[in-house]
Parts: sequence; structure tokens; C-alpha cells
Amino acid sequence: MSTKAIVCRCEDVTLADIQHTLEIGYRTVEEVKRYTGLGTGPCEGKECMAQAARLCLMALRTDGPDKNDAVVEPFTSRPPVQPAPLGIFARGDEEP
Amino acid sequence: MKPGHEIVPTQGAPRAECDVAIIGGGVMGLGIAYQLAKRGIKKVVVLERGYLAQGASGRNGGGVRMQWSTEQNVRLMQESIELCAGFAQEIGVNIWFRQGGYLFLAKHEKERALMERNVELQNRCGVPTRMMAPEEAGALVPELDISKIVCACYNPKDGVLFPWPFLWGYAHQALKRGVEVHLFTNVSAIERDGSGFVLTTTKGRVRAERVINAAGAWSPEVARLVGVELPNHPHRHEILSTEPLKPFLKPMVSVLSSGLYFSQSMRGEIVTGITVDDDAKGVQLGSRLKFLTTLAKEMVSLVPRFADLKILRQWAGPYDVSPDGHPILGEPPGVPGFFLACGFVGHGFMMAPIISKLYAEWLAGGAKHEVFERCRLSRFAEGKMEKESMILG
Ligand SMILES: Cc1cc2nc3c(=O)[nH]c(=O)nc-3n(C[C@H](O)[C@H](O)[C@H](O)COP(=O)(O)OP(=O)(O)OC[C@H]3O[C@@H](n4cnc5c(N)ncnc54)[C@H](O)[C@@H]3O)c2cc1C
Repeated sequence: MSTKAIVCRCEDVTLADIQHTLEIGYRTVEEVKRYTGLGTGPCEGKECMAQAARLCLMALRTDGPDKNDAVVEPFTSRPPVQPAPLGIFARGDEEP
Repeated sequence: MKPGHEIVPTQGAPRAECDVAIIGGGVMGLGIAYQLAKRGIKKVVVLERGYLAQGASGRNGGGVRMQWSTEQNVRLMQESIELCAGFAQEIGVNIWFRQGGYLFLAKHEKERALMERNVELQNRCGVPTRMMAPEEAGALVPELDISKIVCACYNPKDGVLFPWPFLWGYAHQALKRGVEVHLFTNVSAIERDGSGFVLTTTKGRVRAERVINAAGAWSPEVARLVGVELPNHPHRHEILSTEPLKPFLKPMVSVLSSGLYFSQSMRGEIVTGITVDDDAKGVQLGSRLKFLTTLAKEMVSLVPRFADLKILRQWAGPYDVSPDGHPILGEPPGVPGFFLACGFVGHGFMMAPIISKLYAEWLAGGAKHEVFERCRLSRFAEGKMEKESMILG
């Protein structure tokens, strides 16, 4: 696959960006998110996270301490589920 | 490869012996590690139980300001902001530092006297803060509904930065100088061993001549490992980020009475938080709807146009709250060699550049800055406290 392939469409993160992140030592999806901005756009990782997790897992299987037992965790999903305007929350109290 | 970001963490077990073991790989721990290494103390081991930026240092708003109510904080922050301005050059990483100022808003007449007093103190220290009438604040941020405020104050030298590269920069520079940075390495026990300590970690034992507790909101647990009870406690602070907008907002804006604050990051998002009570005990990182509704009401009333602004995500981080709002530093009575670097409430990020530098100077045999005496743990027992009132959240 071309390294210019886009993994995160919201934030324009490419396969090469993720490979670079793995090259400099990061191994968790949380770190890849923080380093590249992947998963911080409007879809909040719904499109890209699985791909990022797969790449982390492949790296861990190559050089991680537990190799074949390596596990990757998804990053914490953040509310709201979909982007929602402040105005909605300004009207509602506990239930929007 | 972009220089300044490589942080291949130390693999394998920590070295058997070190001069300084630092518990916590947040901005405080990594800052001290870097500053120690820079001064030639190279046998330094940082022990972090998660990934870098897992604690408060990876979850904060990146605000840095000189506007405080105590002289100590004003003066320390003047120096810290100077260090931030030189950070990119010294560390070799872009921290997206932008000095757009902090604009504090007062909604009630009774807040005016406090604001004037603080501005006067800050001016005396050489900080160019000035009082503003509502119209002037409105000229700076035209989106504000100025009928909601009675006065404001503004320091153009305050600013915002992006916390993550800041941490990576410290980590990279520390590693480059021979510091060991162990990630996913928890410290579970500390025993006295002659003049030093032996620490039990997930990756094996390490003997350290000196230990630094830089575990942020978890520092009371770490202090308990050497039998010390600390008076600080964790408090959940929530924050959110919106869809990105074209850059339009110059200062960080903050409302004194509600603790609302908002700024625009270099990515264009509005990053915002507010004070919300929390009865939950311990470190709590869950997100609450109550935060969204509290924040949205205050925000939309102050900036009506934000009603259409979409929230992308909310998250939480732990404040490390000390009783008087000041950090807890130095060695606790009875445990020489065990150093505290905690209790930074909601302003530990901006304090880290100066505090880590002063700490390393002291530990490397240089002068002991007066902040270490003022911020000693025993001040609480002695009742000698000067409360900081300019705390948000
Ligand atoms: C939402 C939010 C907004 C904020 N906004 C600002 C702001 O605008 N400006 C500002 O200056 N400050 C702000 N702060 C405060 C600031 O983030 C903190 O004061 C600062 O990051 C504290 O750094 P630290 O290194 O002391 O703690 P942390 O970053 O929390 O690091 C402590 C580390 O210790 C590790 N640890 C704990 N126990 C152990 C153990 N037993 N073994 C090994 N490791 C351990 C933890 O995993 C953690 O990574 C904010 C905080 C929050 C939560």
C-alpha cells in the first residue's frame, strides 16, 4: 500500500505518519493518537482506530516484550457520540 | 524523522543503583530528570506506570499565566513563561506557544477590588497587566456579550501551549543525556536502605540515593509507601474541545466567578473548562453530562454565538489539590532523601519549567530557592499558609 494512503480522513493522517510514530518508539493507540492527531476529528476515531490498532499490534509482534502475546487497547472513547452544539446543552439540564 | 521527538523508552529492568529515582513521568518528573541530567547528574531513573502524558500532564488546557494573587506565584510564573518562550530553542521541539494574553472577566461589582489588588501586585512585580472597562474587553473579544461583565483585566504576556510535545521534548532530552525512562512501570514499595531507598517496581528493584515523588494526583499514595501522610487530594477536572474554527480568538478568556475558561488552540479548536463540584473520592476520570450543561449555560450566556459551536469531545484529568493552592515541596520531616514535587492543583504545567529547574539546581548542590522553604509540608501543621485565590476549576 502507498505510504501516502490516508488512515484518518478527518485529520489527514497518512500511513507514513503512523509508521513514523512507530519508528520513534510509540506502541499504544493512545500514543499514536497524541502524536499524529489521529482520531481527534469529527468522527472521533470511528474510521481510523482499528487500522491504527492493527499497525501497533504488528509493531509489537515484531519487537514488543511479549511478542505473540501482545495486546493493544483502543483509545478511550469520548462523549458526545456525535459532534453536538453547545446550545443544546445550554438548554437542557441533566437530560439533553 | 523530526528531531526532538524520539523517545524510545528504556527497555528491560532499571539499573540496579541510581542517584535519583523519580516516580511519575508527567511534566514535573520529566522536567526534573532533564534538568538534573543537564547539570551532570546522569544516573537518574524515571518510573512511569503508564504511557507518557497519561496523567494530568497529557490532559490539561496548556494555559500559562503571570496573573496570580500571591507574589511568589507571580514571580515564579514570570520566569516560567520566559523559559516557555525559549523552550523550542533549548529543547528543539515546537510547543505551539502563543502569547495572546489572558483576559479575566468580573461579573460582579464585589470582584473588582480583588482584581485591582492583584493587578497592582502584578504591576509591582513588573507584569504589564491592566484593568479594562467592559467596552475595552469587548474590543479585544468582540464575540463577548459585555452586558454580562463589570470589568476585566488583561496581561498580554500570558499564553497557551500544546502540552504533549512539551513532555516529549523533556523526555527526549533526558533520554539523550542517559536518563532511563521506564514506561508501564509501577512503583509498589519503597524501603529504607542506609542513606537511600530500594524501590520495588513492575520491572524489578532499583536502589536510589534519593527519591522524588512527582506522582501528581497519586502522590499521597506514593508518600504513604514511606509512611508520610500528605494533605493534598485528587479532584476531577473536566475539559472539552470543539470543532476547529478559523483563528479569531486572541486571548485565553476566563470568568472569575464561575471558573469558566476558553482559548483557541493553534489547531483552531476552542478548548474550554469550568468549575464543577465533585463528591467522588480518589482519581476519577469519567466524563459527566453535568459538566457539559454547566459549561454550555455559562458559555452561551457570555458568547451567544457559541450556541452553534459543536463540541467534539470531553475528557477529564486529575487536579492535585493542596489545601492552600500552593505546591508541596522538599523533604517531609523524618524522611531525608525523599523529595516531594506535588500539590500543583490546576497550574502544575505552567509551573514545571521553573520548579524543575530550581529543584535540579538545589539537588545538584546549588542554591536552595526560597520556594522550597515556603512550600514545605510542615507549613500545614504550623498553620503558616498564604492562600492563592486565583485558582480556576
Ligand atoms: C483538565 C485539566 C486542565 C488543566 N489546565 C491547566 C492549565 O491550563 N495550565 C496548567 O499549568 N496546568 C493545568 N492543569 C494542571 C496540570 O495538568 C498539572 O498540574 C500537571 O500536569 C501536573 O504534572 P505532574 O507531573 O505533577 O502530574 P501528572 O502529569 O499527573 O504525572 C504523574 C504521573 O505519575 C504516575 N504515577 C502515579 N503513581 C505512580 C506509581 N506508583 N508508580 C509509577 N508512576 C506513577 C502517573 O501515571 C502520572 O503519569 C490542568 C489539569 C487538568 C486535569
